[in-house]
Parts: sequence; C-alpha cells; structure tokens
Amino acid sequence: MTEYLIKNGFVFDPVQGIKGDKADVAVKDGRIVTGVSSGAKVIDAAGKTVMAGAVEIHAHIAGPKVNEGRNYRPEDKLFTYTPKSRQSRMAGGFSIPTTFKTGYEYARMGYTTAMEAAMPPLYARHVHEEMRDTPIIDEGAYPVFGNNWFVMEYLKNGEIENAAAYIAWLLRASKGYAIKVVNPGGTEAWSWGLNCLTVNDPVPYFDITPAEIMTGLMQANEFLGLPHSMHVHQNSLGNPGNYTVTLDSLKLAEKIKPNNKFGRDTVLHSTHLQFHSYGGDNWGNFESKSKEVMDYVNRQKNITIDTGCVTLDETTTMTADGPFEHHLTELNHLKWANIDVELETGSGVVPYVYSPDIKVCEIQWAIGLEIALLTKDHMRTFITTDHPNAGPFIRYPRIIKWLMSAEARKERIDSFKHSAKMIDATLIAGMDREISLYELAQMTRAGPAKALGLANLYGGLAPGMDGDVVVYNFNPEKDHKPDEIEKAFSAAAFVLKRGTPVVVDGEIVSNGNKRTLWVDAKTDENPQVMRDIRDKFLRYYSINMNNYEVAGHFLTNPMAIEVDATR
Amino acid sequence: MTKIALNLISGRTIQQGVAMEGGKEKDAYTKACGIIEMDISDLKKLGAYRNTNVRVTSKHGSVVVKAIEATQGPHPGLAWIPLGPWANSVTDPNTYSTGMPTFKGVPIEVEIAINEKVLSSVELVQKKCRGEI
Amino acid sequence: MTKTVTDVICPFCGTLCDDLEVVVSDDGKTIVDVYNACAIGAEKFMHSQARDRVKRPRMQQPDGTYKEVSYDEAVEYTAQMLANAKKPLMYGWSSTSCEAQSVGHEIAEKVGAIVDNTATVCHGTTLIAVQDVGIPSCTLGEIKNRADRIIFWGCNPAHAHPRHQSRYSIFPRGFFTNKGHKNRKVVVVDPRRTDTAKMADYHFQIEQGRDYELLSAFRVAVRGEWLPDTVAGISKERIYEAAEMLKSGRFGIIFFGMGVTQSLSKNHNIDEAIMLTKDLNDYTKFSIMAMRGHYNVTGSGQVMGWQFGFPYATDLSRGFARYNPGETTSNDLLVRGEVDAVFVLGSDPGAHFPISSVKKISQLPSVCVDPHITPTSEVSKLHVPVAFVGVEVGGNCYRMDNVPIDARKVVDPPEGMLTDEEFLTRVNKRLEQLVAVT
Repeated sequence: MTEYLIKNGFVFDPVQGIKGDKADVAVKDGRIVTGVSSGAKVIDAAGKTVMAGAVEIHAHIAGPKVNEGRNYRPEDKLFTYTPKSRQSRMAGGFSIPTTFKTGYEYARMGYTTAMEAAMPPLYARHVHEEMRDTPIIDEGAYPVFGNNWFVMEYLKNGEIENAAAYIAWLLRASKGYAIKVVNPGGTEAWSWGLNCLTVNDPVPYFDITPAEIMTGLMQANEFLGLPHSMHVHQNSLGNPGNYTVTLDSLKLAEKIKPNNKFGRDTVLHSTHLQFHSYGGDNWGNFESKSKEVMDYVNRQKNITIDTGCVTLDETTTMTADGPFEHHLTELNHLKWANIDVELETGSGVVPYVYSPDIKVCEIQWAIGLEIALLTKDHMRTFITTDHPNAGPFIRYPRIIKWLMSAEARKERIDSFKHSAKMIDATLIAGMDREISLYELAQMTRAGPAKALGLANLYGGLAPGMDGDVVVYNFNPEKDHKPDEIEKAFSAAAFVLKRGTPVVVDGEIVSNGNKRTLWVDAKTDENPQVMRDIRDKFLRYYSINMNNYEVAGHFLTNPMAIEVDATR
Repeated sequence: MTKIALNLISGRTIQQGVAMEGGKEKDAYTKACGIIEMDISDLKKLGAYRNTNVRVTSKHGSVVVKAIEATQGPHPGLAWIPLGPWANSVTDPNTYSTGMPTFKGVPIEVEIAINEKVLSSVELVQKKCRGEI
Repeated sequence: MTKTVTDVICPFCGTLCDDLEVVVSDDGKTIVDVYNACAIGAEKFMHSQARDRVKRPRMQQPDGTYKEVSYDEAVEYTAQMLANAKKPLMYGWSSTSCEAQSVGHEIAEKVGAIVDNTATVCHGTTLIAVQDVGIPSCTLGEIKNRADRIIFWGCNPAHAHPRHQSRYSIFPRGFFTNKGHKNRKVVVVDPRRTDTAKMADYHFQIEQGRDYELLSAFRVAVRGEWLPDTVAGISKERIYEAAEMLKSGRFGIIFFGMGVTQSLSKNHNIDEAIMLTKDLNDYTKFSIMAMRGHYNVTGSGQVMGWQFGFPYATDLSRGFARYNPGETTSNDLLVRGEVDAVFVLGSDPGAHFPISSVKKISQLPSVCVDPHITPTSEVSKLHVPVAFVGVEVGGNCYRMDNVPIDARKVVDPPEGMLTDEEFLTRVNKRLEQLVAVT
C-alpha cells in the first residue's frame, strides 16, 4: 500500500491533545504511523486544517423507512441529480439521497464512518443491502429493542441475563451494532393506536413502563459489556413541555455503572436532544428548556448526547416512533407512511418543512444550537441533525458555521419572521460562545468514536489508529467570514479513508474500501431463551426462524467487534 | 348472428397460475386462459351452449375463446377472461397518463364462432404480431 | 435415498411463503416432491424439471424460427443491442433476485436505458397514490397477531395468493387472535362472487369500476354523514353498518388488488382507499397493504428506490434518473414508439401487455431472458434461458409487506446454464468495453 505524509497542516486531535499545532501525519498500510519512508506521497497541508475522519453517531441512511421516504417522495429528487462519472454512480436526492449519494456526500465533508440509527430486526437484510450499496464510509446499524416482545417480557420479570442472551442472539442474527431504544413501550402501544408519553405510562398488555425498559436495557448492555451504551430516543418526542420526561429518562442512568473493555465510561446516549428539550404546554407558549436539560447533562458524567440541530429545510421525518409520525401528519397534513413490525417495533415517515417564517421552527433551530453551545464537556456532546429528521446531513457545514460564528447566528436570527418572539422563548440571542476547532474535533471525531467504543480505530490521529485523515481548506490563523466556514467544511481538500485517497479537492476519486461493523457478543448457553425464540417464531412471526438471520454475504468487508460475556 | 354487449374484466385464476408455471406453450394454458366466463343469463341471451367457441371483439382487437359458465358468479353483464394474451388481444391499452392500461372495464361484443379455433398463446401472439390476424 | 430441504422460499407470488419443504434426489439434481406449497408454487418447482426445457439461447431466424446459439453469442448480441440503442427499455425484474436487479441497473446506467418493472401493469398506480397521500401499513405478522377486521378490496387471494388467508389474514391464530377466524370479521368488495367472497362475512358486489364512489361512501359513513340510497349498487344501510363494524374493531387492514389499480380512476381509487384507512385511525388502528403479484416485484421497487430514488418507470437515458409515469412507463413508451430496443428479464409482457405493445416489441431488436418459453420469448429476436431463481439459485427477495427473505437454492441448474446474475454480469463486462464513460 502507498505511504502518505500529510505535511505542515494545523492538526486538531483530541486523542493526542493536539490543538492546532503544525504537524505531519503519516499513514502506511491503512493506519496512522509515526513515520514513513522518503518514497511516501506528500500532501501539502500548509495553511490548512487537519483532522481525523469524522464519525456520524446517529443518522437514518439505510433501511425500510429511509427507502419508503425515497420512493414516496419523487419530489425530493428535483434538481439534485449528478450524472455518472468514471468513479461514481449517478446520484440524487436531497433529504433522502440515494445510497451512492449518501456515501459520496459524507466523504466529501470528511466523514468516514456512519451509524444507521434504527434497524428493525425483521428488515435487517434490507438495511444491510443498502449499506452494501453505500460506498466509502464504514457503517454499522443499531437494531431497535425498546418495543420488542422478548425484551419486555424478560424485563418485566427482572430477567436481565435472559434479556442479555436474547440481545446477543439478535445482534448476531441482524448483524447489528448496539442497543437502540425508540419511544420505549410507546411504539408497541401504537399497534393499538395508543402511546406512552411519560416514563411511567404502562405498555398495554405487557404492563411494563418505559422507565423499566430503559433501566433493564442499560443493565443488559453493561452485563454484556457492549462497545456502545444504550442509545435512546425518549418518550414524548416533539411535544411542548417534554423536557421533564427527558430529565426523568436521563436520571435513570444515575444508578448504572459502565462495564466494558472499550474505554467507554458512559451508560446512556440520549439522541437528538433538541426534540426533547421543549417547555410550554402548547405551541403558543412553546419555549426552550435547553438550559435545564444541559445543566443536568453537564453534571451527569455517564451520559452522552447528540444535538439534532434543525437546519431550516424541507425534509423528510422518519422514526421508529410510530405514534409521533401520526401526531405529525395530523399537525401538518402531509402524506403519512407507517410500518408496524411484528413483535419488534414500528415506524413512520412524514415530510416536514422547517420554515424560517414559523415561530416554532425558529425556536427549534435555536434549541439545537443552544445544546451544543451550553456544552461543558465536548467529548460528550455530538453534532447531528438526526438526519433527515431535523434536516439533511449535508447541512453539517452550515451548523458548524452557526456554532463557530456568533455573527452567523445573528444574521440568521435577524432575518427570521418572528425573531422577537423567538428571542423571548430562547437563550440563543444572548450567547456569544463560539466553538473552537478543537471542540469541533471532539464533537465530531473523538467524542462519538469513544461513545461507540471505537476509540482505538476512529476519531484520532494517534499511531495505530485507522488512516482516516481529512484536510480542510481552512486556515485557523486567519479570520473568516461565516460563509467561508461553511464552504471549507462542505468539500474537503483531501480525504484519506484507511490509507486510500477518496476525495481530492472536494471530488470523489475512489469508492474506497468500506467495512461493515457489527457486534458479536458471546454469552453462556441459554436453553430457555433459545426455546422462547423458537416458540415465538413458530407461533407469532410470519417467517421461519431459519430464514431470519442475515447471512454474511450481505455485509461488505464485515468487521465483527467481539465481546465475551460468558461467566 | 346474435351479438351481445358485455363489460370485460380480467385477472388471475388458480388454473391460470398453475398452467402458466407449467408452460405457456402447452395446451393446459390455452384451456385455462383461452376462455371467457359468462353469466348463465348472458349465455342464454347469446343463444350459446356452454363450451362454445365465441369471438370477442372490442374497439382494440378481436379474439376467439371458449365461452364457459361463470365459476365465480353470478355476474350478469360482466364477462371474465383470465389474465393472458387472449384477454390482452381485446383489452384497452389506454393509460390516461398513469402508465397503467385499462385492463378492467372494457366494453366488448360477443358472438358465436363455432367454426373458429382457439389459438395457443404462442400462435396467437405471433400471428397478431405479424399482422396475420 | 432422498433428502428434504426445509424452510424453502416459494418464488411465485408476493406472499413469499418460506416454509416449503422440497424433497430432492440423493445426488441433489432432481426434485421429487414439494410440501406445503400451493398448487401454483408446487407446479413452479416441478416444471423446472421438465424434460423439454430449453437449455441454450436461441436466435430468431429470418423465417421466424429459432436456432440455438451459444451464451457467448447471446452476451454479444445483448451487449451490442444495448450499446447501439439510443433509448432501450429494460423491463421486467420482478421474477429475479435483488442481486440480479442490481447488476441490471448498472447496465441501464451505462447504456442510458429506462428501467421499469411489472408494477407498471400491476401496482404502479398504487405507487403513484402512495406518492400522493402516503401509506399506513404493517407487516403480515401484525395482521396475524392482531387484526380483527379484514377487507379484501378488488383482490381474490383464493386464486392469486392462495396461502395468504391461511398464513396471514383470515385463519391464523396469533398472539391477540387466538381464536383464528372466529376473532375476525371479513369483508370482500368485488363485482364477482369470488371464492374469497364466499369465505367472507360481508360481500359487497360492487358495480364494476365504481370503487372510487364506494370508498368515498365509506369515508362519509365513517363520519356519520348523509349518503344517497345506493352507492355503486350497494344500499346505504349496508354501508353504514359496515362502517360501524370497521370502527368497532381493534386492528383493521385493507388488502387491495388489481380490481382497484386497473379499473378507471386507477391511482385515485387507491388515494381514496388510503385516506379511508387514515380516517379510520381516528377511531381505531387501521392499515392498508397492496397485494403484490410477482414474488420480487417489491424488491425491484426497493432496489430501484435506494439506487435511483424511484420505485419503477425510471428513465436513465439523459444521464440522470427521471421518473414520470405516463411518459416513462413501458406501455406508453412502446405504444408511442419511443424506445429502439427492448430487454426483458423476469416477466412476460408478451402475455401480459396489451397486444398493441407486444407488436412493438416484436418489431424491435429484443432480448428475452426467461427460464420458460413464453409469448415474449417467441416474438423476441433472442431468447436466453436461465436458471430458476429460488429453485436453482438463491438471492434476496421482498415480500408484499417489504420484508426481505433470502431465497434458497434447492437443486443445481442443468449443466452449463447461466443464472440471471451471471448472464447480466457478462453483458455488463462486455459493455465496459463497448461504452466509453466520459
């Protein structure tokens, strides 16, 4: 393999504590090394910013609901298509791009790893087929567990070990990466047209509460010692006044201690916190509660969060939170797709227009940014748009602009239709905080990699780590106009993925050598759980157990992260 | 000769499915699909016995099939030809900008054609394509 | 001695049963028997064994007869035809695996083809309706475990999806439906007294083509508003009664088929059916599902969706993907003479398109890839027989509820025969030499 030397850039690497020093980064055989031979290909990064490849911790980029979004929104493709080239397939779509475009656009922004945030296990093959067709980026997918019949039955009886054995089995069957929880209990309730709006609402028939489901799943997660923590989308998403439900959920982590070999010191990841930090009790007095929520997050060291920043675009919302999407279609009267999945989960899809002329959208925009700006520990707060829910991931450079420039935020606020009302309901206008490049590297690289238990591979430039290196046309010693920030992070000058150049001057030059990550957790043999699985397939599933497991040929370059939970 | 006007629909039958998988060039496929199911009252109007060959004509084409009594009736006024090239010889190709031909609800006329033969699927399509019929 | 292959997936209809058991001879070459399949599925497995099966490509001669040619010649003809065409149509894709579809799409991108699947004459109008108003749906296991109200509207699963009622809809005992069909009320809306209607609690023998009116009447009745005395031949009393019955259920589902997608009003019928479903969610839980025909037409829509963003009728001829049903749909293209070559794989337009479209295919350079002899193969310039997907080669398929199931290989194909994917891959390789990318 070719050697590369990225010379004289301003390097930002939280893993090694490098804060913009001029340094060289050497890559050999796909990994970062201390030095290379004189024959190495030299990339001149003088006057430019150098970081590790970024890591996406939460985006909906592959699978049944994403594809439902694509297929039922032909309008999303208008004016977006780029033709085929020597290296790349034709690619299109805005809020729900085709798989090819997903890979290309992440790579162009310097992202080299992305996690699909919600995989219905019954549809796992579909998720993997799409990931197989997503070039360049390493990917994994989180199967959803928060409304799973096995999980609810075991946890109701306090059988953590059985729940853990089932989770290990399902991770293997679906080739999944982590325990994802979406509206715990609420999506099962939605199968009867109902919901669970607090952590104490019992789930119909199963008679267990969301708090019990989340607590039990955290315990099972640490029993297994999985690389990532439990990853949760809390109850009552998107409703005015929901911040109390959020705090109730986050507090469940206080009793749980991390247990794993991956250097992860957190037990709960709370996703798209923007949607969960709302005050007021109707859309009229709707307001930001980002401070109340972030005060707690800053104090409570064993949780991580991501922002879910609103980008003010027309987008396509999609979530395993089925009842929420029904609620949304009743609000905006746009087309509603719903998919309830037997024994496991559900999901919905509804287009949404975040308009800068609508007060609620303006407030949502502010809350997402406030969460990032109120952060004390940038290794525990990650930038996302909950793609495509709060906006498409291709807007990350714009969010970075807003976070790095108070001037950019002021420009935006001043041009809102209801800026005065928005300012009253939020904190953003009074904030002059600007995120530094080092903090940005924490929030987009080292932080998410550590939370995923992948700190040895991704998110840094220490020798031995993957050779994922990004060079941005951004000189940190110079002043920048806001739009120059956005431009620099939109198209990297150079991206190396595991030692292969994939982007040069913002253009795709190779489809790379993507990997698929999954977690292989070994547990003691558990005949009871295996009997329960066989029984449910025989009686309640619509497919045979022997046709459930995703075979290896669905995964491109599979990389199993092994966990030994045998006792 | 008596002609009667009917409304034609087509679709799947289990015999059509089995015969199709057994081979569309075979007799069984012709027996399963080269038919028209008519209500007994309509057969009477036509003056036809069951299992008589009839000529079905629409604005879009014409085909000879065997008339049988409706198996899933009664449905007076409605005629049924199973999915296949016989039905598609007379079906309405207009899509009205939806992409979908109007396979159901085609006005047809049926007349007795006792001396005409029901062609096999391959023969029928080849002859139609060559303009021989 | 024979051996039994279990958990076999049936490659016939969108029900995609995955519990077949196929008995094969000891050498693994012949199928002896098939258990659990419906009559059609069993015939599909058994017919693959036919002695008179065509095993090599055949080229049409000037006199209309066919002469055997090699696979190499077939690859060359196909690649040349696609490379030389300005706007070829690549149609079918519903009776093959997702893996083969994927290679087909690469070819289509190279040569600037239109890719269309059998939804174009089946549930294409459904896909348009979903683009208009969305679709609240669920997996088939949800029906089995929860549904107590089942509507079959313009579909006849007793004939078209024979095991649907026993596996998923009318009869199975599920978690919350442990009394099977006794837990359920079944409604059939069909202008004929179909074999499905004979199993139903309510049969509405609708005037053919009046589905939009009756669906609207149901929406009115659900809201308790005024109706005329009869709608589409059904009395208002029966409509009100049915509406109350639907609202009083805990979980309902509308299954619909060609009766609504192919009758006049087409996509508007489906719009209205979906909106009825949405309305019923104000009272109880309701879903709706298309009874997809071919075993992997759904998969074709999925693969096209994630690769190009559209579920069918995708025109790549301008170098980027366009979609405009009525313009980029197969029958419109053929009738208007807008395509200059036709490639068919995994479908039989010769039997299932209106004859005016079939005539156009027969006049154009054309290739038909199909294990069977069909009306399409017998009017195409080249017929390429291939292995049966789901019998002689595996591959991923999507059930009517979009659940993906990996089909199994049961026996080897006859010696020397290619699979869809192998044939397409060879054509694709040849096209790499023929078509220069700028």
